[in-house]
Amino acid sequence: MSGEPILSVDRLTMRFGGIVAVQDLSFAAERKKITALIGPNGAGKTTVFNCITGFYKPSGGAIRLTHDDGRQIALERLNDFRIAKQAKVARTFQNIRLFPGMTALENLMVAQHNALMLASGFTFLGLIGVPTYRNAEKQAIALATDWLKRINLLDRADDAAGNLAYGDQRRLEIARAMCTEPALLCLDEPAAGLNARESAALSELLLSIRDELGTSILLIEHDMSVVMEISDHIVVMDHGVKIAQGTPQEVRDDPKVIAAYLGTDEEEAAAVMESGS
Amino acid sequence: MTATPHETKNASRTAGIPFLLKTAFINAAIALVLFSLMVGIRTEAGSDGQLTYWARFGDLASLVAAVFGGSIVIELLRQWIGPTGTEKLVPASVQSSMSFVGRYLAPALLIFTLLVPVIFYNQRYILDLAILVLTYVMLGWGLNVVVGLAGLLDLGYVAFYAVGAYSYGLLATNFGLSFWVCLPLAGILAAFWGVLLGFPVLRLRGDYLAIVTLAFGEIIRLVIINWQDLTGGPNGVSGIPRPSFFGIPLDNSDDGLAAKLGIEYSPTHRIVFLFYLILALALLTNWVTIRLRRLPIGRAWEALREDEVACRALGINTTTTKLTAFATGAMFGGFAGAFFATRQGFISPESFTFQESALVLAIVVLGGMGSQLGVALAALAMIGGFELFRSLETYRMLVFGMAMVLIMIWRPRGLIGHRAPTVYLTKAQTISSDLVKEGHG
Repeated sequence: MSGEPILSVDRLTMRFGGIVAVQDLSFAAERKKITALIGPNGAGKTTVFNCITGFYKPSGGAIRLTHDDGRQIALERLNDFRIAKQAKVARTFQNIRLFPGMTALENLMVAQHNALMLASGFTFLGLIGVPTYRNAEKQAIALATDWLKRINLLDRADDAAGNLAYGDQRRLEIARAMCTEPALLCLDEPAAGLNARESAALSELLLSIRDELGTSILLIEHDMSVVMEISDHIVVMDHGVKIAQGTPQEVRDDPKVIAAYLGTDEEEAAAVMESGS
Repeated sequence: MTATPHETKNASRTAGIPFLLKTAFINAAIALVLFSLMVGIRTEAGSDGQLTYWARFGDLASLVAAVFGGSIVIELLRQWIGPTGTEKLVPASVQSSMSFVGRYLAPALLIFTLLVPVIFYNQRYILDLAILVLTYVMLGWGLNVVVGLAGLLDLGYVAFYAVGAYSYGLLATNFGLSFWVCLPLAGILAAFWGVLLGFPVLRLRGDYLAIVTLAFGEIIRLVIINWQDLTGGPNGVSGIPRPSFFGIPLDNSDDGLAAKLGIEYSPTHRIVFLFYLILALALLTNWVTIRLRRLPIGRAWEALREDEVACRALGINTTTTKLTAFATGAMFGGFAGAFFATRQGFISPESFTFQESALVLAIVVLGGMGSQLGVALAALAMIGGFELFRSLETYRMLVFGMAMVLIMIWRPRGLIGHRAPTVYLTKAQTISSDLVKEGHG
């Protein structure tokens, strides 16, 4: 195994016209670990995410992804769908973006598009029904079923994704991202809108993804209980720059973080941090 | 706070009479203003060329009264069987029998279609009409790939129909190629033009996409009109060879099919042959579409319709996915065009106006976007229904327009609006049209 971090962001800068959303941000995400990116609203977390996943082209800086085999990919040069396809970076969205009119199973099948496309000989072989494609489809269904079991939605497999409960949709979106078999999973506020019980189930799911599958995770999160419980490493941002990083314990005790995150009212800050622990 | 929407909904349903009267009065007042000049005053040129006019209070009063009464009736209907409430009104037993009918409707229709030339052998009019309906069924199924599955609003579909027709017409008249050689060529050429159209419109969405495709349809037609050396311009291409039964002509000669089979020649043979030809082409379109839906490309089309951004995040190349949708739809349009050319024996730009695109799009929308059976039923209703109302003469369009408006109120997502999943674990449940997206345009 390569000792290098899976993702290293070096002096990343993103400008929108005159507004600097992210400035000279450098951090690294360790392999097979959960890295959290936190910060107050408007700190530029989602912008960083969009740069990493190819939805924005960074104004400056470098984003390196190092695969298990040592292969390095410059993410800032890839765009659009190629990041998911070639660099194997999968993401979820802050406001859930499932395919609401397709079933839960179909959502997970679409995620395996590139593998199935190859197996179907770019449609031509699949159209005449060659057995290799049928086998590949069976495998794809098996993988999807496996994920539906993991997220506890097997009995809802044939229901439209838009009909699922909010928490189920969140988990299905994570499963869909995982069906692309990514090296790095980027989650944009996966616990937003979840109740305490659902948050706990989510933490468990993310830990199992890290421990059983060895997938590295980068997540943005506001729910401190989730962040503090599962993160191995936390990067704190404010106004587009990094203000602190370290283990959950280090970050929690960092006065700069407390000040930035919750204004200067340290009592309130301490209270919220307490509740998160 | 949370109960407010519910209460207002109830209020509009129960607190009827003042609301009804108010709406009716407003509508009657609008009618009064509109009709007071249009109907209320009649002008004519008098005997010496001067203007004479007189008021028609009776007509005006009856019109306004009709609007008043009509708006009350419509409002009552809307409250009782509103567009959203219809499903709840239908009892479960009726619904289950409907699903029973639904399951056997498609095979029954197919068997009936296969038997049409047998049943109506001596009725040339019905056979011609059936061929026309099947042509539109095929066009509808072709456009359904682009609009229904991929969710890309294409207002210029007739362009591919024209490319297919002219490909066959010109290749056959200039190079003497047979129909069976030209048919795939027409499909390939139309698909090529589909890709060509696809490239500039890849970045466009919604209204913008619709406008560019509309323009593309017009450009093709104008090129055909003005490129006189090649296409004959407004005079069209005539003398296009009739299709042969794999090389054996269907005519009255000694080499003809009738002579070879030792039966008496009848011009109906050719009509029946054309009927089965278009039926085979339409069924091919249907078969390919159904198969494509279950392949990754078809799922990607539907995913693209549902959410393009999510598709990109999953590593789906949206560019090629859109282009293949355009190309596939265009290819079927090209096949239909080649058939049209061989059936007519004569093609001219007049056959490829925007009206054709609009008609095919109306068939797809009316049928329920994405539904194969729905599109077939809609084509039957649109083309067949149009013929049915022929006796109404000038009021035909009026009746037809009203029928369409009523259907769209009753079923806003088309005759068959729900979606069938492409893959399932235990049971294929249909997905309500409320959840299925219509695409970005």
